[in-house]
Amino acid sequence: MSEITGYQPVAMVWGGVLCWLALALLAIPLRAHKRWLLAGFPLAALTGLWVAAVGVAGLLLPASAQIVPVGFPGLPVHLRLDALSGFFLLLLGMGAFGVSVYARGYFQHMEIGELARLAIWYPAFLAAMTLVLLANDAYAFMVAWELMALSSYFLVTSDYRVEEIRKAGFLYLLMAHIGAVALLLCFGVLQGNGHTGDAAFTFSAMRHGVLTPTQASLAFLFALIGFGAKAGLVPLHVWLPEAHPAAPSPVSALMSGVMLKMALYGLLRVGFDLLSVRQEWWGVLVLVLGLMTALYGVIFAAVQSDIKRLLAWSSIENIGLIFTGLGLAIIFSVEGKSGLAALALTAVLYHALNHALFKSLLFVGTGSVLHASGTRLMSGLGGLMRKMPWTGWLMLLGVLAIAGLPPLNGFVSEWLLLQAFLFTPGLDLHYLNMMLPVATASVALVIALAAYVMVKFYGVVFLGQPRNPALKHAHEADIWQRMGMLWLASACVLLGLLPSAVIVLISPAVQQVAGRVLTNDGGWLVLAPMDAARASYAPLPFWLATLAVLLLVYGLVRFRYTGRVRRSAAWQCGFPAVTARMQDSAEGFGQPIQHIFSSFMQVDRQYPQPQDRTPHYASVSIDQWWHFLYLPIVAATNWLSQQTARLQHGRIQWYLTYSFITLLVLLVFVQ
Amino acid sequence: MSGGVVLQGLQTVLAVLAAPLLTGWTNQCRARLQGRRPPPLWQSYRVLHKLFLKETVLAKEASPLFQATPYVVFSCMVLAAGIVPMLANDLPFSPVADVIALVGIFALARVFLALAAMDVGTAFGTLGARREMLVAFLAEPALLMVFFTVSLISHSTQLPLMVHVLAHRKFAIYPSLAFAGVAFWMVSVAENARIPVDNPTTHLELTMIHEAMILEYSGRYLALIEWSVALKLFVYSALGIALFVPWGIAPVGDEAALPLALLALVAKMAVGGLVLAVLETLNAKMRLFRVPEFLGTAFLLAVLGMLIHFLLES
Repeated sequence: MSEITGYQPVAMVWGGVLCWLALALLAIPLRAHKRWLLAGFPLAALTGLWVAAVGVAGLLLPASAQIVPVGFPGLPVHLRLDALSGFFLLLLGMGAFGVSVYARGYFQHMEIGELARLAIWYPAFLAAMTLVLLANDAYAFMVAWELMALSSYFLVTSDYRVEEIRKAGFLYLLMAHIGAVALLLCFGVLQGNGHTGDAAFTFSAMRHGVLTPTQASLAFLFALIGFGAKAGLVPLHVWLPEAHPAAPSPVSALMSGVMLKMALYGLLRVGFDLLSVRQEWWGVLVLVLGLMTALYGVIFAAVQSDIKRLLAWSSIENIGLIFTGLGLAIIFSVEGKSGLAALALTAVLYHALNHALFKSLLFVGTGSVLHASGTRLMSGLGGLMRKMPWTGWLMLLGVLAIAGLPPLNGFVSEWLLLQAFLFTPGLDLHYLNMMLPVATASVALVIALAAYVMVKFYGVVFLGQPRNPALKHAHEADIWQRMGMLWLASACVLLGLLPSAVIVLISPAVQQVAGRVLTNDGGWLVLAPMDAARASYAPLPFWLATLAVLLLVYGLVRFRYTGRVRRSAAWQCGFPAVTARMQDSAEGFGQPIQHIFSSFMQVDRQYPQPQDRTPHYASVSIDQWWHFLYLPIVAATNWLSQQTARLQHGRIQWYLTYSFITLLVLLVFVQ
Repeated sequence: MSGGVVLQGLQTVLAVLAAPLLTGWTNQCRARLQGRRPPPLWQSYRVLHKLFLKETVLAKEASPLFQATPYVVFSCMVLAAGIVPMLANDLPFSPVADVIALVGIFALARVFLALAAMDVGTAFGTLGARREMLVAFLAEPALLMVFFTVSLISHSTQLPLMVHVLAHRKFAIYPSLAFAGVAFWMVSVAENARIPVDNPTTHLELTMIHEAMILEYSGRYLALIEWSVALKLFVYSALGIALFVPWGIAPVGDEAALPLALLALVAKMAVGGLVLAVLETLNAKMRLFRVPEFLGTAFLLAVLGMLIHFLLES
């Protein structure tokens, strides 16, 4: 791909980055002025729109690169905008626009100190993610990556007075840094050959580097750990269900919707761009990890009773599906089936974009619920559809989309993913041919379970009767919040109805990664990957036909049968005195899942006492990875530090002895 | 093409109109087998007519979602009927949705029904919704696996093409199809709320699944839901016929084969209804927590079918 160096679309992104950075810096002197701080969010939203537009330019125009002489002397920042980063810029911009518009309304009742912290770090976070996408050398990438991690850490802990939030923030920071160390090692393996000096750290040098298969595998594994920790791949997912509920809702939306995709971008960049040769077992590994993550995520999502925690687990599930597709793409590309790799990659990118939209929508929607009701626990919610019709209906769209139901966007990407699996027969590795049907089955199970989770989420929060009398005073979200949600929901609908157009739009990114585009055999109306005789799906006619049949049936029924409708108390099989407490609780709705998948989790149950007049049953499902992986590591670290502490006596003669021994050892080595 | 459009419309209307007949026939067979005097064949139409004419009572708490759901569910079933080849293989509407999308349409209807059941906020509604979603998340992957197995043989997920390949292949035993067929039967029993998973005639609170969801519906809303239930059974039967005994469905452009196709469809549906009635008479409804085992078996059979296809037939 040729690189323009004169006129540069990459320079256009600078506008966005500088805008966001300026907003962040301006917020520092203005930190006492609420009105000014709030005005920053619509401006951040507009910048998001600009970045999305530049992303489209990046998809359509040839790649462009730029060297900016900032930073340490002799280490300029290399930037590059190509189709892949263009796609992710589009994703970032679309998500950032909706969430920032929403944030203007959401943050206005916040106390000034917290608002100031948010107003400083929020645009900085957006700028950092943009820089991650543009970085064309390892230095710039790591600096942007760390800025992203730190700014999001400060956003998560903006309400630092709550101990739980501080703990969640610490866990997040810790996992982010384990990932960053792995990434440093990955870039270390990638650079070490061919070039010397600062040029060795540029991505263009890494692209041309020659690696042995072992080195390449090592680099890929480090990248998988590093980006996997950011994406929430099992078993590095533990920070996600802690950090997402702790952060303010717009921040959770950005982290879940957009930041997790930065990890996907990184893995695509390293795996498909910087490493020129891939190996089949990488694909198998990514596929297996992805499936494990998806299944684990969706099962735990089904048993949560905190709405934001449920959504966080559902993000883990979606990331799992995305990585499953990625694994499939790697397998196809190694086997030389570039057309199929393009299909799998299209599914991956499409789902990433979809997830950015519907998960942001759901997270900001829960923010409105939190504002209206003051609780995140499902046991104190219910019936909000009547009090908050706007939020209710827009969230319904998000719920249907994430449950993978036609004609919305989630269905399209899951349909593409399943099609990619159906095309698999005839791989060279025979054990893969045996394994993939089982993988297909697991994907189908995950998709079906996601619908269960979403019915639980929506049904318990928005439908039914209020489980708490205080909900009578719940209020609808304000106009900013509604507009933000409306943007995200309409994007979900559009992406669901016009898949052919979306596929054409993202095809340059697919072309760049897979070396081929996904050919659509069905024209602009019908989505038919590769061959119209194999499979096709046309959401627009589907939707129109549904609408036509619906109106026809409605008209016929209403015209023919004019019987009146009488409102009365609910029948409930004739039982009198049925209260809201008799509805399913979140625990009750999740109980079948807990029962069926009991081997996956450890359940902590609290039974009510027999003489309790308002009995409440609670159950918490504990992530087994804590016991199998994290707590042993914590114990080992503690033990090690205690052993090290034995060296410390506080006596000067011992310390002198240590110095003497060290000196001796060093002398031996120097000799 | 215009002939196709006429056929398409004809077939869809036929399915919508004939669906209660299949339910009536199954009920009749079952009554005979159980030694009761059977209701007339058109009893289901009478029930629908009665329900449409009745006054509709709505719970005070019901939201617009509750009122919209019967229409949504019914439209979904009509759409599903439009893409399954029943009489002829020439369906111009079928490229709109392949077999995976068909599963999606059923899922859409189900999710709406479950949400509507939770809308009023009664104990039975939420209970029914939870159980329905439980059955669904176990049945849906099995159903997808069945379709995948068949699509691996036909190299397509488009129903008319699948039927075309399956009806015109050389006669040979496909073990994978046998497994898939059994799994499909089990899944359709579960999805259509029949014995042994659910009992369509029960109103015993502790055991009902589907009936618990629609307890709060009455009048024309209930009529629409009952009709969609009948239509769903009809579409599932047509689907089973199309995939596993497709002989007789008129190929593209062959109008002369249509009378025979209609005859074949009626005969196969009659046999299917009879078998369903026999199995419902022989079996008892199982405990709810046996259902995952039942559907797990279906899932396993379907996956086995797919594996066998890879091992023996590819």
